[in-house]
Amino acid sequence: MKRHLISAGDLTKDDALLILDTAEELASVSERSIKKLPTLRGRTVVNLFFEDSTRTRISFEAAAKRLSADVINFSAKGSSVSKGESLKDTALTLEAMGADAVVIRHGSSGAPHRLANWVHGSVVNAGDGTHEHPTQALLDAFSMRRRLGALEGRRITIVGDVLHSRVARSNVLLLGTLGAEVTLVAPPTLLPVSVGTWPCEVSYDLDAVLPKSDVVMMLRVQKERMNAAYFPSEREYSRRYGLDRDRFAKMPDDAIVMHPGPMNRGMEIAAEVADSARSTIVEQVANGVTIRMAVLYLLLGGETA
Amino acid sequence: MIIKNVRILGGEPVSIRADDGVITEVAPGLDAPGAIDGGGAIALPGLVDLHTHLREPGREDAETVQTGTQSAARGGYTAVHAMANTSPVADTAGVVEQVWRLGREHGHCDVHPVGAVTVGLEGRQLAELGAMADSAARVRVFSDDGKCVDDAVLMRRALEYVKAFDGVVAQHAQEPRLTGGAQMNEGVVSGRLGLTGWPAVAEEAIIARDCLLAAHVGSRLHVCHVSTAGSVEIIRWAKSKGWNVTAEVTPHHLLLTDDLVEESPVGAYNPIYKVNPPLRTRADVEALRAALADGTIDIVATDHAPHPVEDKETEWPAAAMGMVGLETALSVVQEAMIETGLLDWAGVAQRMSALPARIGRLPGQGRPLEAGEPANIMLYDPLARIEVEPSAFASKSRNTPYEGMTLPGRVVATFLRGRPTVLEGKLV
Repeated sequence: MKRHLISAGDLTKDDALLILDTAEELASVSERSIKKLPTLRGRTVVNLFFEDSTRTRISFEAAAKRLSADVINFSAKGSSVSKGESLKDTALTLEAMGADAVVIRHGSSGAPHRLANWVHGSVVNAGDGTHEHPTQALLDAFSMRRRLGALEGRRITIVGDVLHSRVARSNVLLLGTLGAEVTLVAPPTLLPVSVGTWPCEVSYDLDAVLPKSDVVMMLRVQKERMNAAYFPSEREYSRRYGLDRDRFAKMPDDAIVMHPGPMNRGMEIAAEVADSARSTIVEQVANGVTIRMAVLYLLLGGETA
Repeated sequence: MIIKNVRILGGEPVSIRADDGVITEVAPGLDAPGAIDGGGAIALPGLVDLHTHLREPGREDAETVQTGTQSAARGGYTAVHAMANTSPVADTAGVVEQVWRLGREHGHCDVHPVGAVTVGLEGRQLAELGAMADSAARVRVFSDDGKCVDDAVLMRRALEYVKAFDGVVAQHAQEPRLTGGAQMNEGVVSGRLGLTGWPAVAEEAIIARDCLLAAHVGSRLHVCHVSTAGSVEIIRWAKSKGWNVTAEVTPHHLLLTDDLVEESPVGAYNPIYKVNPPLRTRADVEALRAALADGTIDIVATDHAPHPVEDKETEWPAAAMGMVGLETALSVVQEAMIETGLLDWAGVAQRMSALPARIGRLPGQGRPLEAGEPANIMLYDPLARIEVEPSAFASKSRNTPYEGMTLPGRVVATFLRGRPTVLEGKLV
């Protein structure tokens, strides 16, 4: 494995399977009454969050703590960053503190790549702009594998704002590596103009794709997209691309429903669908901690403290 | 003064005699004690840049008239047009005269200020174009470069108005509504990288509109930094109609492509490649080279855009747009146009000296190296191969995309009206 985890495309099939298998072993820790391993004792993990994301931050924090790492949470609000400090100076500060890994969430695509030039520790991308979110893709793959078994040949449909989605980019890359067949479904305005060059299928017609899907992953639709005329209204979006009860009924009986959260219930997904037994949405949160443990363990565990 | 053993436009070795800033004789074998030995270098008329950002007044941390013109002299230039997007904006006779005067004081090359088309580059009201034209700076080129004059009526009026003093509007063609938040060329790479795209159509739509406007009112139009194959097609069509449209291409758009943003020796998302208009695709580069060769694109202009280190050592969207280019321009053109056989040295002289001088209405620049003409001369060794080392630049800024690349050619000397500004590659 590479020293950093910045793009899902950095992972070979063997890397990805190693992370998933390691997560499978570590999952048992989460089921114990004392949820802690001594593996990363004495190692320092910095959570460097330039965007508010309580869910992802506490997931990484829990993962690092369960491996006994020291965790420093550095959020941009109220810090020197809000006083105009550059990313480079922040990186040099973290470097001086001896961070073994920096988990970065940033509003700018590519910020983790830049950070990796300035720190010696491992950089883990926890979401960069509209680029990637590789641990989300890993936890999605982990969740799918637990429900469906191996992913080779599985048909996975990702629905929604692909253009601005870091989840979609990472999933397309990782699921392709794992041998699944991905189909993206969205209004044409919410697909990159170059999507035809991606290693996946593309459709504008959700109803046609649903009966052939083993997994349907719904993406969050930001309401501000409507103001930028990506689609005419919330209701129209919901009618054409929302996963409501009728559409849910068109899915094969053993197909599952996923959502990276936070959801807009009633917009891209109906409440009954989100809460159904075939939804993995709550499991995805628990699996997030497990997969991030596996990532930190594999990136940091190999070296001596 | 005699410069001996030089090859004008790459021809047979000759000597050039100049007295009082004027070439008095060109012949083989002229010699005298103290003659400058060109060592077989190519002699071209001093280069003329229609598109330079000197940053003074306002951003003297990035560049000054002094350092920018030193950089120009090192690149073989004897005249540059200083863009108007300074602070304060060059939208009054006072500011353009200040820049012009600074250029005269430093004396490394002629400085011809470009006047803003609209007050404060804000695209609302025409600046006092006539006052700038009548000032000591004798402004003939007007541009809101950095911003597009996107209002069609305002553009029409500007094109019409400058006819009174033989001016030209140099348009930065960028439809702002199609490029909100744009970071790089919209295409395969931007889609993968999750960076907001700058679509080719945003440039092409404005160029098409402006060509039609220029034809309608019978004005001349100059198109800045053409970057797409589609723009080339539109300009070719406009010229085929006989319309008075000229266009420029930058050295970087003749050599570099957008995939450098994803994969390069300096790492992904390195803002050293961030520039406006953005680097495009290989197909665009090929079309631009062909257009420069066949005359559809008239000239090469550097868009020399200095920025301090801290404005580039950032995450991509936070970084400033632009690249320095004066000191590497001719080498890049040699790489893209001479080494490929698309142009000879006479063609390069036409596109980097004679035509930019004609578009900018500079009678004393871009003239052939003949008796009776001004002694604006640059000597160039095309056989040199040099690794680009930014710390060696005369420019105050280091934001070159060519760091570490080995490029052909080296500027040996530059003469401004017979006076050397650069000798043996060093500032005089």
